[in-house]
Amino acid sequence: MDAVIELDGLEVRFGQRVILKKLSAALTGRSIGLLGPNGAGKSTLINTLLGFHKPSAGTARILGRDVRTQAREVRSLVGYMPENDAYISSMTGVHMVRMMAELAGLPREHALERAHEAFFYVGLGEVRYRAIGTYSLGMKQAAKLAQAIAHGPKVLFLDEPTNGLDPPARTRMIQLIQEIRDRGDLHLLLSSHLLHDVEDCCDQVLILKDGNVAAFCNLEEERRANRRFLELETRGGRNGDFLEAVVKLGCEAAPGPQGRIKLVMPDGLEVRTLYEIAAGQNVQIRRLNHKRDSLEDIFLKAMESADGRL
Amino acid sequence: MAVYKKTYRPYEGELTPSWSRFLVIPRYAFEELHGKRFLTIFFLASFIYPLICALIIYVQHNASVLNLLGVNQGARSLISINVTFFMSLLGWQSIMALFMAAFIGPGLVSPDLTNNALALYLARPFSRVEYVMGKISVLAILMSLMTWVPGLLCFALQGYLEGWQWMSDNARLASGIFFGAWIWILLLALLAMALSAWVKWKPAAGGLMFGVFFVASAFGGLINVVQRTRWGNLFNISHLIGVVWVQLFEGAHQTTNGAVFFRVMQGEQLPVWTAWSALAALACLCLYMLQRKIRGAEVVR
Repeated sequence: MDAVIELDGLEVRFGQRVILKKLSAALTGRSIGLLGPNGAGKSTLINTLLGFHKPSAGTARILGRDVRTQAREVRSLVGYMPENDAYISSMTGVHMVRMMAELAGLPREHALERAHEAFFYVGLGEVRYRAIGTYSLGMKQAAKLAQAIAHGPKVLFLDEPTNGLDPPARTRMIQLIQEIRDRGDLHLLLSSHLLHDVEDCCDQVLILKDGNVAAFCNLEEERRANRRFLELETRGGRNGDFLEAVVKLGCEAAPGPQGRIKLVMPDGLEVRTLYEIAAGQNVQIRRLNHKRDSLEDIFLKAMESADGRL
Repeated sequence: MAVYKKTYRPYEGELTPSWSRFLVIPRYAFEELHGKRFLTIFFLASFIYPLICALIIYVQHNASVLNLLGVNQGARSLISINVTFFMSLLGWQSIMALFMAAFIGPGLVSPDLTNNALALYLARPFSRVEYVMGKISVLAILMSLMTWVPGLLCFALQGYLEGWQWMSDNARLASGIFFGAWIWILLLALLAMALSAWVKWKPAAGGLMFGVFFVASAFGGLINVVQRTRWGNLFNISHLIGVVWVQLFEGAHQTTNGAVFFRVMQGEQLPVWTAWSALAALACLCLYMLQRKIRGAEVVR
């Protein structure tokens, strides 16, 4: 699969300080998470991809376009939702989004139509004629998302989209991002230091630490692979017979205390079969968990490495 | 698609040519300015002086009106339509343009910087140069309508009434009005934008516009007095503009010393090349200030 974002020895310096240290990665996912503690270089990476900072060495490509030499083309493919408040206070919401769509190249009438659509889509339809300066924080976040999608970009950069949102507003924002992702019309790059946001929305994760790539993992593959690891809690019957039966089916099994069993299932074996065997042995399966490395485990492992390199 | 169908969809339609996108900024800015009553009244009031000038030109060439007013041919020469007349027109209009730039200029850039809107502009296929051009064009269009457009209309009226010969003899006046006004417009626009980019508070940036003119000229005057020199005039922007205008209007055969606010004191005038150089240096300084501030993301080194 062609890389959506390709980092090729990308280095960014601010004066003497090296912010991004020769980053190399090929990100192919539909929705890519950018994780890292504060100061890891997430926003700098996004700003560099947008052409706001010039790389001091190396380069990056978005959908095959070089950010150094084809910055304008890159920006025509991208929608950007910045981390901080960003708005034109004197304009109404729909007016600002319309202007931004026009600056992206949409003709007036299309820009107007899409600005209205975008505002309804992010749930601000009723307040679209109010000055943005009067919006609440949650509304401003939604308005930023509206301006980022109004011109129909191919790649959407979301920098800390749930920053400062209360739980219901955060849930709504995550739902919107998931909806956009699931439509499959564009690629997402979501930068956050909130693991849950990334886990909920992304299928690939690039973890940065001190300007280095600390880890890169494909969450989708991880989820698929981990689906075979099970933790069971059983009651009644003869656990030994149940264990023997599942081993015969090709499972690796390790018994634990109080009827607990850890299993690695072979390909092709369905969970349903375990229940059938258990029923045959008169064993109750009280609990069944897909045990897997959570994103938190992956993130913590990445953070443990001394220089941020895995 | 109806707006109530809440869904995301990509855009596959046509795009506008990229060279024309900077014009989006003045269009939206004019929509906003149109709603400000004071500015609209001020803008309309700025045409009073050109209208009076046009009336004078008309009356000068209309014998029946002159007879009606009881003015004889000798009195006609009290107001001559010459280089001083047009330079005064440009001078008054340029002062109005200064006020307009001080009112509008700071509001063009500083809110974008205060509210981080630059990241939104520059994350699009839209460069920093186009942003600055878009913002400058707001001021340039308004100030053009206040300065060289009425100036050239009055010149055309005079030429029409006086005849082709007068027009060809005084073609230098037209070029002086046009280029003289543009130098002033560009300088004001750059200064207004640079100051509003550095002083994000609108009223302070507006006040600073006047400060640059009046405080700097006072400082220049002080240098002249203390050092017994004329080089302090390098800090006096209106003096520099006056020197350039006199050259543009009259060339080497100078009969006037500027007009209104842009007057050059006899014996204190600087060489023309120094005036041009000082104005160019000021423009470069403004561009440098803009280059430092107009960025998609602020860099903290």
